[in-house]
Amino acid sequence: MSDRRYTEDHEWVLLEGDTARIGISDYAQEQLGDVVYVELPEEGAVFAEGAQVATVESVKAASEIYAPVAGEVVEVNGALDDDPSLVNSDPLGDGWFFKIKIADADAAAKLMDDNAYKEYVESLK
Amino acid sequence: MSESGNQPGELKRTPLHALHQELGARMVPFAGYEMAVQFRDGIIKEHRHTRNAAGLFDVSHMGQIRLSGGSGGDSAAAALERLVPVDVMGLAEGRQRYALFTNDRGGILDDLMVTNAGDHLFLVVNGACKDQDLAHLRQHLSADCTIEPLPDHGLLALQGPQAAAVLARLAPAVAELVFMTAARVEIAGAACFVARSGYTGEDGFEISVPAAQAEALARRLLAEPEVAPIGLGARDSLRLEAGLCLYGHDIDTQTTPVEANLTWALSKARRRDGARPGGYLGAETVMAQLEGGATRRRVGIRPEGRAPLREGVELIDGDGRPIGRITSGGFGPTFGAPVAMGYVETAQAQPGTRFGAMLRGKVQPVEVVKLPFVPQRYFRG
Repeated sequence: MSDRRYTEDHEWVLLEGDTARIGISDYAQEQLGDVVYVELPEEGAVFAEGAQVATVESVKAASEIYAPVAGEVVEVNGALDDDPSLVNSDPLGDGWFFKIKIADADAAAKLMDDNAYKEYVESLK
Repeated sequence: MSESGNQPGELKRTPLHALHQELGARMVPFAGYEMAVQFRDGIIKEHRHTRNAAGLFDVSHMGQIRLSGGSGGDSAAAALERLVPVDVMGLAEGRQRYALFTNDRGGILDDLMVTNAGDHLFLVVNGACKDQDLAHLRQHLSADCTIEPLPDHGLLALQGPQAAAVLARLAPAVAELVFMTAARVEIAGAACFVARSGYTGEDGFEISVPAAQAEALARRLLAEPEVAPIGLGARDSLRLEAGLCLYGHDIDTQTTPVEANLTWALSKARRRDGARPGGYLGAETVMAQLEGGATRRRVGIRPEGRAPLREGVELIDGDGRPIGRITSGGFGPTFGAPVAMGYVETAQAQPGTRFGAMLRGKVQPVEVVKLPFVPQRYFRG
């Protein structure tokens, strides 16, 4: 049981002190197929919750990533520039997208935990 | 010659539907059919497998039509020439040619393959267009020709550098075929009509097979170690790298053969100074553009960054003025970078010309390049 939380858009949020690391779920990468490019936000950019913050391009299509929590982007995963397939091979680890310094420490609390997300994904199948 | 065009209502199934499901295909609606877009390996691996070994594609959604005339193939050929800017009468038996149905404004109604099968012409048209193509043929040719759709036939494509070795193992006669020729061949007990062609840029075959034997033939081919099942996703990236048009995207009724840079498909015999000039729908428009040029042209477009530029992306010059649009684009797994094609003003169509593409509010630099992105490797004997 991790502290990872999930949105209905299949993004995950992992709290690390006052920052949140953000990526997409294994189900999401599976649905997207081979990822060939990730357009990441610039460090320092500030986003409201739900704002479009990044774009994932798979072979098939472009998909938007929305900020699951509000805050300032403090770090992006530069490794995705060289190897976007990390999103497919390790979506919860090396395939993370960016870190946000969160504005509201409780913002992630309302998101789904591991079990709730598993049930949610099952409900989609 | 593949195409999109999702239609509402009941989706049709190809003879390989059950096999696709057994192989773990992800199915999508396409041209009115439930089609396999990818199998378990995913699009990039399937694409590479086709370029490196041999891929088996189910293209049974495409329309297969038999055209015969009262006095043999000749009169059907003469009749078909009224609808295509292509030399069909000069097509020798066993030879195949790429053709276009034009409308009276010179726009493209569909692209197709025409083969002289001896006592008839064999046409393969796009799945999304086949009903309207049949209506078009019946409207214009029914007085002179017998027009028979072949819905009881499947169509398999075996593509890749090892396709010939694989197929010759089952039917040695196919080794005699060269690019754009065809023959009746029995494969694994099925009476097939096999053409050495395809739409991936690789050597390979398209195999018309009775629907009842299509699954058995597909299983037999998949049993060969070089062969893997490939979905429509990889078919699209393969044809894009090969610089080949996708009907409904790169060509349609709003584009002419000259604008589409398909002048190579306009046979000499049908040009102004040819043996049978014009005589097809829209001929005046097409011939005038052949001589005087068109205001825009389809070109290869290489994005200089890593972001794929897809259909609909606007192209702009240095002043921000719109000069064209991308009609297909994506990631080219063999090219190793994004690839695209689109229409630009003729003045901007020379290879090496650089301009911009608007993606999510930012200008991405692109360069006009010669097609194809990946060298075609057809077997010409």
